[in-house]
Amino acid sequence: MAIQWTSLTSKDVLERLERLDLPFNQYGMDPYGISKAHLGPFLTLLEGFYRRYFRVHAYGLEHVPDRGAGMLVGNHSGGIPADGGMILASLFLDHEPPRLAHGMVEKFAQEWPFVSQWFSRVGQLPGLPEHAIRLLREGRLLMVFPEGARGLGKLYKDRYNLLRFGTGFMRIALQSKAPVIPMAFIGGEEAMPTLFHANTLAKIVGAPYWPVPPYIVPMPMPLPCEIHYGEPIHFSGTGNEADHVIDGYVERVRDEIAKLIQDGREIHRRRRAGAPPERPGASS
Amino acid sequence: MKVLITGISGAHARLVAERLVLRGHQVIGVDRRPWPAPPPGIRVYQADVRKRPAADVFRSERPDAVIHMATITHFSGSREERLRINLQGTRVVFEHCHEFGVKQAIFVGRHTIYGATADAPLYRDEYEPPLAVTTFPELADLVAADLYAGTALWRWPELCTSVLRLVYLLGPTRRGTLASFLAGPRVPMILGFDPLFQFMHDHDAADAVVLALEHRIAGVYNVAGPPPVPLSVLCRGTGRRALALPEPLFTHLSGHFGLPSLPPGAISHIKHPIVVDAATFRAKTGFTHRHDAHAVMSSFRDG
Repeated sequence: MAIQWTSLTSKDVLERLERLDLPFNQYGMDPYGISKAHLGPFLTLLEGFYRRYFRVHAYGLEHVPDRGAGMLVGNHSGGIPADGGMILASLFLDHEPPRLAHGMVEKFAQEWPFVSQWFSRVGQLPGLPEHAIRLLREGRLLMVFPEGARGLGKLYKDRYNLLRFGTGFMRIALQSKAPVIPMAFIGGEEAMPTLFHANTLAKIVGAPYWPVPPYIVPMPMPLPCEIHYGEPIHFSGTGNEADHVIDGYVERVRDEIAKLIQDGREIHRRRRAGAPPERPGASS
Repeated sequence: MKVLITGISGAHARLVAERLVLRGHQVIGVDRRPWPAPPPGIRVYQADVRKRPAADVFRSERPDAVIHMATITHFSGSREERLRINLQGTRVVFEHCHEFGVKQAIFVGRHTIYGATADAPLYRDEYEPPLAVTTFPELADLVAADLYAGTALWRWPELCTSVLRLVYLLGPTRRGTLASFLAGPRVPMILGFDPLFQFMHDHDAADAVVLALEHRIAGVYNVAGPPPVPLSVLCRGTGRRALALPEPLFTHLSGHFGLPSLPPGAISHIKHPIVVDAATFRAKTGFTHRHDAHAVMSSFRDG
């Protein structure tokens, strides 16, 4: 890079980057190709969106483990994966110590030039069970959206209705003995309301859908958002349980997320009505 | 131990031969190409492994172990020649091993057989299928040779067979697939992609082959050195200029303007990574690499 990456990185991000517990080598890279030179500017960009554009408030960060494996499982919304970016930002900027969550990126994005390169340099690997298991076994933090791209493409009329959850994540959590941390992202549905999908355009770029908001350009509006992390749930098992057993576990996680969404929307309403963002003592 | 190395005149095979002699083994070699003045303790028969005189070397010398290193890539042979040397040659060598009472056979293969695709896991273990048959059809003969060598494990259980899948070799010999790719002043990249490349030092690779022999590890093993680095870092580290070409232009520019000539199948291999998990080999042999990525790249650059 011609420009020093440190000049594109905020002081706060730079300081936190040094405290990240990743095995960086002399090139500032970890064995997965995650690079400090990419993380710096990337997280600085997210910081701007996190602090100023979406003015995100994260609740329950204490539920995210300080070190070791954890599987963050939440709702997906907002047309573009801005929710994933804000969750990454909250764990890196507001969690003590800073942590880097690994998202599980859709396959289609791997064929996009620049996009795929950046995703892999900032730890957002293709969503394969092999990656999930390996990362969790190495004590890393995984960010999972069991609704998948369908959740992201949710129409405004269906906002905050959780779609069917995939079950693969639960088998992986059991296999790797990682705790599941339910989470809810609130505000994404309002920040970018999807009216309909432009299917031809989606086909051209090789994406599963192309979200069209009332103002046409698929870019979220600067509305406040919140993230709610719930208490970790420890499931015990081998990952080889029968489908109906796994379905039961998945249902439990889904219910927890639905509850976080319900409470979160109440807080969101009050916040948009002008109330201070702090969680009222009574509901904690 | 009496060790026969096929393809002994190749740069990497020579390193293995010299190490074996230092460790007190008796080394003989077979190669079509000459090795004019091999160091003392190494005897070279100039013969084609697929031909009758090579069989006679097995018959008269009766080696205890065979290290099969007589394979070539698309940089050094036509499709037909690669098939003859890589697949037919491997078949003949393993049949000789069985027929002439060889106790141990090592096939030195490559990690590229796993193939580079957008949706393959970053770290491949030995159970991953060899996707290169579709991603890079020019490697089909090497895939076949690797899998064929593996069949010795069930066909002749008394023959201790190791199939090694080595990452790219790089270093002062300046030979091998990656060295050929980096030979020119300019190295092509696909615009918008910067895959991880995994390579190890020539000498570390030779050490690994010797360890596989001395530990008698039957099975299929990935062999790797330091963690991978992106192609752009590899270019900088070896003093090459990376030239990012838009993918549609790649096949037209390959082989011109100081760029290496690559078959169309190579595109996927410079777009997506092939990285292997070599933990099993390390655990079974105690192998550790002595050269990190920086040392490997400098040794290649400075020759």
